[in-house]
Amino acid sequence: MDLGLHAAYIWSAYGVVAVTLAALIGWLVADGRRQRRLIEDIEARGSGGTRSRR
Amino acid sequence: MLTMQSLTQRLANPSNFMALSARLLPWCWGLAAALIGIGLYLAFFGSPPDYQQGQTVKIMYIHVPAAWLSMLVYALIALSSFGLLVFRHPLADVSAKAAAPLGATFTFLALATGSLWGKPMWGTFWVWDPRLTSVLILFFLYLGLIALRSSIEDEALAAKLTAVLSLVGIAILPVIKFSVEWNSLHQPASVTRLGAPTIHASLLWPLLIMALGMTVLFVALQLKAMRNEILRRRLKALRRIAAASAADLSQQPAE
Amino acid sequence: MSAFWELVRRDVLIAWKEGGTLGVALGFYLVVVVLLPLALGPDLNLIARIAPAVLWVAFLLSALLSLGRLFEADFEDGSLDILATGTLPLEAVVAGKAFAHWLTTALPLIALAPVLGLLLNLRPDAYGVLVATMLAGTPAVSFLGAIGAALTVRTRRGGLLIGLLLLPLFVPTLMFGIEAIGAALSEADSFAASFLLLTAVSLAAMVLAPPAAAGALRFQLQ
Repeated sequence: MDLGLHAAYIWSAYGVVAVTLAALIGWLVADGRRQRRLIEDIEARGSGGTRSRR
Repeated sequence: MLTMQSLTQRLANPSNFMALSARLLPWCWGLAAALIGIGLYLAFFGSPPDYQQGQTVKIMYIHVPAAWLSMLVYALIALSSFGLLVFRHPLADVSAKAAAPLGATFTFLALATGSLWGKPMWGTFWVWDPRLTSVLILFFLYLGLIALRSSIEDEALAAKLTAVLSLVGIAILPVIKFSVEWNSLHQPASVTRLGAPTIHASLLWPLLIMALGMTVLFVALQLKAMRNEILRRRLKALRRIAAASAADLSQQPAE
Repeated sequence: MSAFWELVRRDVLIAWKEGGTLGVALGFYLVVVVLLPLALGPDLNLIARIAPAVLWVAFLLSALLSLGRLFEADFEDGSLDILATGTLPLEAVVAGKAFAHWLTTALPLIALAPVLGLLLNLRPDAYGVLVATMLAGTPAVSFLGAIGAALTVRTRRGGLLIGLLLLPLFVPTLMFGIEAIGAALSEADSFAASFLLLTAVSLAAMVLAPPAAAGALRFQLQ
């Protein structure tokens, strides 16, 4: 599609937004998973073998 | 009758919030995707180039929603801070903490798209246009919130001080905007304004839909970030309990 | 009321005896104002045009240096706890310390500004209005600065953080001050309005900053 003289600026602007939002969503999802995993780890250790020391 | 007060009271319990937000999130993501999809389609295939700005007016469809969100999010942080200091709402700080990086991101996007819009229009990436300058200062306000919070280890204290800062910020924000525009009004140089052109219907609809879509996207991001923060605090509490009980156990063999 | 003036007197005397903070601020002011024309080169017209802005901005930066210590000493040796539970409300304590800061740091810098104006080839008719805007606008700097100082009193390297926090707060004063000077020099109509707005910001800061700063301090003194 012909976006005229300044097509590069238009694509860059949309590109920055797309990349930034994708990174933000990715970070939030990954962070959520990480917190859940750590919580599960602690809860598993709590109910299972507390005496064992690694 | 679900009043604002009873809603915030019901949500004061983190577990309630987690349950409710888990149900809401998929809808938010979906609605945001749909609205933004429609908005983009209309922007690229349904709207004509502007009489004066040509195709670069299409940047408006992401710049204006980003700028609008940067202000909305700051208002939300100020409201949350008020809720913390005056009502001691348990989730107020979670909301404020989650929103700050999100608001900073949207402000950054407003600046980036604004300067990419400005380059073809005025020839340089930055022109100290009063509106962009206000957004830049808003960016510093966000950075200040994030920096202040991370400089204080005690979470409860950090919450309160950050709340004070955000309330000071929202009080001074209108004054800042006014003073920057006042200053530029009286400059002898011609003032270029990064405004939306006089809106024609074919330009207005994509703009409104994109603005709405991005706002719903923010709601989804905010809910997700708040959930993460609640998990983080739960993890911290569990770690503290685990450390305390490990300390107890290690005391026993000494006798 | 006399407790308030007693506090101001105490802070002014401490600042005088110590002299360190003021020396740093004066020195920094001098350094910035000398480096800028040096870097800009010999174009006297250019330097003259930006002189008011340079003098104002350098003032703000110098004030930033001194504001970080506003509550630090008293916080660390426990005096702030005593002041907080004393007869004077904490808001008045903040106002007193901010006022003392203005007296001991802002006024000397304002006195130095015309001298530095000579270095910057400042227009002769600008001296009066420069000093007038500084007198009217700098109370805002001291009082709003107190908020920044209160929020960062615990931070070790608060000097960096306080600058970030205060930058937005100083913008209105800077904008109205520069605009007032510009209007006076170009004989535009807007001088009165700009000057009044400048003064209004200072007055508002004197009223609204003490509660905010006191609130912040209370959270940290508990």
